[in-house]
Amino acid sequence: MIISQPILAYTPSEIWSILVMQGFSGLSLFSVLLLMALGLAIIFGQMGVVNLAHGEFMALGAYMVYLCSEITTDHFPAFAPYYFLIAIVVAFVVTALVGIFVEWSMIRFLYKRPLDTLLATWGLSLIMQQAFRSIFGAREVTPTLPEWLMGSFKVTSSIDIPINGVFVMGLSLLLTGGVALYMFKSRAGLHMRATVQNRQMSGAVGINTGVVDRMTFALGCGIAGVAGAAFTTIGSTGPDSGSRYIVDTFLVVVFGGSGSMLGTIASAFGIAQAQSISEFFLEGTMGKVATLSFIVFILMLRPKGLFPSKVRA
Amino acid sequence: MKKIYQNVFGGNSGFIGLALLSLLIMVVLPLSLDIFRLNLVGKYLTYAFVAVGLVFLWGNSGVLSLGQGIFFGLGGYCMAMFLKLEASSPENTKIQSTPGIPDFMDWNQITHLPAFWAPFKSFPFTLLAVIAVPTVLAFILGTAMFKRRVGGVYFAVITQAVALILSLGIDGNQGITGGRNGITDLRTLLGWDIRTTSAQYKLYFLTCILLLVCILVSRYVLSTRIGRVLLAMRDREDRVRFSGYDVASFKVFTFCMSAAMSGIGGALFVLQVGFISPSLVGIVPSIEMVIFAAVGGKMSLLGAVYGTLLVNTGKSLFSENFPQLWLFFMGGLFIAVVMFFPNGLAGLWVTLQERLAMAKQRRQTRQREIPDDGLEAPEIAKSGGEQI
Repeated sequence: MIISQPILAYTPSEIWSILVMQGFSGLSLFSVLLLMALGLAIIFGQMGVVNLAHGEFMALGAYMVYLCSEITTDHFPAFAPYYFLIAIVVAFVVTALVGIFVEWSMIRFLYKRPLDTLLATWGLSLIMQQAFRSIFGAREVTPTLPEWLMGSFKVTSSIDIPINGVFVMGLSLLLTGGVALYMFKSRAGLHMRATVQNRQMSGAVGINTGVVDRMTFALGCGIAGVAGAAFTTIGSTGPDSGSRYIVDTFLVVVFGGSGSMLGTIASAFGIAQAQSISEFFLEGTMGKVATLSFIVFILMLRPKGLFPSKVRA
Repeated sequence: MKKIYQNVFGGNSGFIGLALLSLLIMVVLPLSLDIFRLNLVGKYLTYAFVAVGLVFLWGNSGVLSLGQGIFFGLGGYCMAMFLKLEASSPENTKIQSTPGIPDFMDWNQITHLPAFWAPFKSFPFTLLAVIAVPTVLAFILGTAMFKRRVGGVYFAVITQAVALILSLGIDGNQGITGGRNGITDLRTLLGWDIRTTSAQYKLYFLTCILLLVCILVSRYVLSTRIGRVLLAMRDREDRVRFSGYDVASFKVFTFCMSAAMSGIGGALFVLQVGFISPSLVGIVPSIEMVIFAAVGGKMSLLGAVYGTLLVNTGKSLFSENFPQLWLFFMGGLFIAVVMFFPNGLAGLWVTLQERLAMAKQRRQTRQREIPDDGLEAPEIAKSGGEQI
């Protein structure tokens, strides 16, 4: 981090290059926020479940990658360059299975009481955090990354683009595309949207809404798991990594207008750019404070977010 | 007189409940605990202010705020700023490069007192600020959101974000707020040493009395017509709105009232514990305070106090003996309260009372049946007994 100076101390051309540079770092923050928010956009935006344990599902995905990496280096060292792709699948499947269990044992009784899901899932997040601490230890862990994820592309002599950032960006775009295809082009996605719009009518035409709920929740959790897996390429994972992101994630979804995929993407982009640019001119935490205050201010003017959904509640 | 008794004390049963609570916190606990433990209880009771405010706001008006820590913290910081200025008189801070300003400012190369600190040299202003600062913030937030019909989950998420903003903001401005360590090393209140045992006893009783006053005020408000509107609003907001009531103003009112109570709690916390830090303002304490109210029963003002005492006692017992189990316990408590005891301890108590009343009624009917039915009566009684 460069020491912050008053904005007037820069020449216009310097400010331009700062904007470009911070814009790049904003892009990578954008893909991070988008990955975090995608799962929540499904669980909160579509189903209306306030899942405060979402961050812990991300951490679970990250721990799964760590576990895969440990197993690979211990038993199948030859497999090391490829394990990461399998680990992403493992992260998805495990978090989705945990999601199914949580939905079956807890969430399905609370659909009509959103404020109560909020408290219950907070309890779940505490339990998951302590479980991580008991199983994996209190220290932060990092999986051994394959060689091809390290290093950077040299674009010009002064600009380096790290490969892991590009990987996360690619993964988030891929996942967004996949979710959009699932929601708008597949039969299961049709059932999901139908259930959200009119539960009774969907039941009447033969959709098993209970199963749809469970699968939707599992999908959201699975995506959180993939997001967590992607994060291991950028930073380390600790028992409370998830809780650090939860408020930002919720703000992304609420700011975008819950129920709108496009809104989630737009708000993730806006928040990421605002944060990375303001972080340059203000000190680290104050940049975040400024961004969050701005979002809260906008939300007070436009409580339904940028792209309010027109679905009847 | 009778009306006041009915409204403020809640009639006979309400009065007995209140008397039992005062007996517990003002007689039983001070007599049975040493000053260290009593000081801890006093600290918990300051959280109970927040829990009582939440019963008012969440249980009776249906608005869940996940940012009550904001108001607790603001009240606490107002009081701490006054105490800190008193502790950093020019004589006490001779060794600093700028005497007369708090030590953490001196460490951060600040050479004059920031303007917003200056009014906190006055004690009356501080007392006013403890209540006014949280109330004004609640008024601004509440007006902005409730007038635009932001409610439910959105309100909860936004208040949570505000809690995060405030704790990060305090954390990030070490020079003027004390940063992560908070404001520490508070000694005297108007020359009265608050760290002595006798002062701690006095502050404990002050906390108890103010808590009881808060409960009585809340009870009074809930017994008036405002209280009826609040309850109606919780159950059928649209219908209240269509009847011509300005729902938003009622919500702003309860939000401000709960904020004021939290602020008082925060100030008393600082007096008893002797410091305040951003960790008491953020997301985690704000949610924990909700669980205090939920465990006690979100509809019961007295239940909130018991809930706070119980959860915190559990917390200190667990974290002293089984630190690993504490989060499992707390998490399990959240889930269990929501799924199995939505009305908390107070709900259990009501169910128990109903069971007892039903059993009593059954016994009475049975006794009446015996003379009527003569010889066959024992048979009926027996079959009735099997059903139980």
